[in-house]
Amino acid sequence: MADFDYGRAAKYFLLADFVKGFGLGLRYMFAPKVTLNYPHEKGPLSPRFRGEHALRRYPNGEERCIACKLCEAVCPAQAITIDAEPRDDGSRRTTRYDIDMTKCIYCGFCQEACPVDAIVEGPNFEFATETREELFYDKDKLLENGDRWEAQIARNLEIDAPYR
Amino acid sequence: MYDFFTTTTLGMGLTIVGQIFLLVIPLLLALAFLMYADRKIWAAVMMRRGPNVVGVFGLLQSFADFLKYIVKEVVFPAGADKVVFLMAPMVTLVMSLIAWAVIPFNEGWVLSEINVAILYVFAVSSLEVYGVIMGGWASNSKYPFLGSLRSAAQMISYEVSIGLIIIGIIISSGSMNFGGIVASQDGGYGMFSWYWLPHFPMLILFFISALAETNRPPFDLPEAESELVAGYQVEYSSTPFLLFMIGELVAVVLMCALISLMFFGGWLSPIPGLPDGIFWMVSKMLIVFFFFSMVKAITPRYRYDQLMRIGWKIFLPMSLAWVVFVAFAAKFDWFWGAYARWGMGG
Repeated sequence: MADFDYGRAAKYFLLADFVKGFGLGLRYMFAPKVTLNYPHEKGPLSPRFRGEHALRRYPNGEERCIACKLCEAVCPAQAITIDAEPRDDGSRRTTRYDIDMTKCIYCGFCQEACPVDAIVEGPNFEFATETREELFYDKDKLLENGDRWEAQIARNLEIDAPYR
Repeated sequence: MYDFFTTTTLGMGLTIVGQIFLLVIPLLLALAFLMYADRKIWAAVMMRRGPNVVGVFGLLQSFADFLKYIVKEVVFPAGADKVVFLMAPMVTLVMSLIAWAVIPFNEGWVLSEINVAILYVFAVSSLEVYGVIMGGWASNSKYPFLGSLRSAAQMISYEVSIGLIIIGIIISSGSMNFGGIVASQDGGYGMFSWYWLPHFPMLILFFISALAETNRPPFDLPEAESELVAGYQVEYSSTPFLLFMIGELVAVVLMCALISLMFFGGWLSPIPGLPDGIFWMVSKMLIVFFFFSMVKAITPRYRYDQLMRIGWKIFLPMSLAWVVFVAFAAKFDWFWGAYARWGMGG
C-alpha cells in the first residue's frame, strides 16, 4: 500500500490512454492511404517474379522447346506432362506439353532446368478461372501465353541474367 | 378523411402502421449508410481505403452486402432446434426495433408518448439478450453456446450501471419521458445547460457501458474471433445472420439516440437563438456514432475478467455513488441547482 501509484491511477480513471489513442487515430485518419487501389493500381514486381507459365518462341517463330523433359523430371509437384516425337523435318519437338496449374507450386525449377529458356514463369499473376478445367494448361495455351507476354518476359530475363 | 384516420379503429390502425413505416424505413436506410461509414472510419484509421467499389465511393456497399446475404443458403446445423434457431435473430431485431417507439426526434415527433419511456427502453434492451442466448443454445454447438453465455453475463453486468446512470438523469429532470428530459435541459445557456456538463462522469460511464451493452469493440467478447470464432453467430448464415447484424447495429444507433437525448439535449440547438429541430438530433446522433466507430478502431479487445472487473468493481460503485450525490445535490440545490432543473421550472 505504501507504493500506491497515484499517477497511474489518475491516468486510468481519466482514460488518458484512450484520449491519446483517439488523437492518434484522428491523425492517422487523414494520413495518406497505404493500400493500393488494386485493380487500378498495382505494386511493383521483381524481374524474378514467378507467375503464370509460358512457352517461348525464337524470333523467327520456331518454338524453343526441344522436349528434353528436364522440366518434367525436376518438377517436384509432378505437374508437367510431356510427350515427344520427331517432327517431319527430323527435329525433336513436343506433341503434348501439359501443366496442371492446380498442382504447380510455382517453385520455378522448370525455368531453372530449361536449357533453352523455353518454359518460363512470366509476370502474370491474374489468371483466376471459374472452373478447375481451365487451369489444366496445354501446349497451345502455354504458347499463346508466351506470345502475349514475350516482351516483358524477355526484358525480365535480360535484367536478371547477371545474377544467374 | 381526417375523422377516418383519427376516430375509426381501422383508420387509427392505418395511421399507426404508416407512422411505424415512416420511422423504420428511414432508420434502416440510414443504417445501411452508417454501416458503410463505420467501415470507412475503421479503414481510414488503419490507413486503408475501405469499401470503394460498389457505387460512387462505395456508397452502395451495404446494399450489395444485403443482396448477397439474402440470396445465400440458410444452413441449419445438425441437431439444431429449428424453431428457436430461426426465432433468435428475429427476437434480436424486433427487440432493438421496438425500442424506437418511444424515441422522439423532435418536439412531439414520437410514435408513442408514454410516461415511462426511459424504463421501457431499458426493459426492451434487456430483453435483447434473449435473442443471443436463444441463438447460442439452438445452434447445438460449443462455441456459439460459450459465446452466448459470455454475452448474457456481459449485457446483464452493464445493464446495472446503465440503470443507475439513468436514475441519476431521472432525478435531475424529474421525468421519465424523453420529451420531459429534453425539456428540462432547455436552460437558456445553449449547450451548457445540457446534462453532459453536470453529469459528465456519467456520460463517459454511459458511453462505455453502451459499448459493452451492444457488444461493440473493445467489449466484443461474445464474438472474439480469436477465441470463439464468431461467438453466438458461428452457425448462422444468410438472412438470419443479416437479422442479427441489423439488430446489433440498430441497438448501437439506439444507444446513440439515448446519449444525445439524455446528455446532449436531443433536438435543442447548442447555441441559444438558433432554431431547435430534428437536424440537431440527427447530427448529435451522428457525432456519437462517430465516437462509437473510433473506439472500435483504436482499442484492443478487453479480457473477459477485466470486463467483469470494470463492470462490477468500478462502474457499479461509481454510478451508485453518483446517484446518491445527485440525489443530495438535487434536494439541497447544490451548484446553483444544476442537478435539479425541474426545481427551477424546467
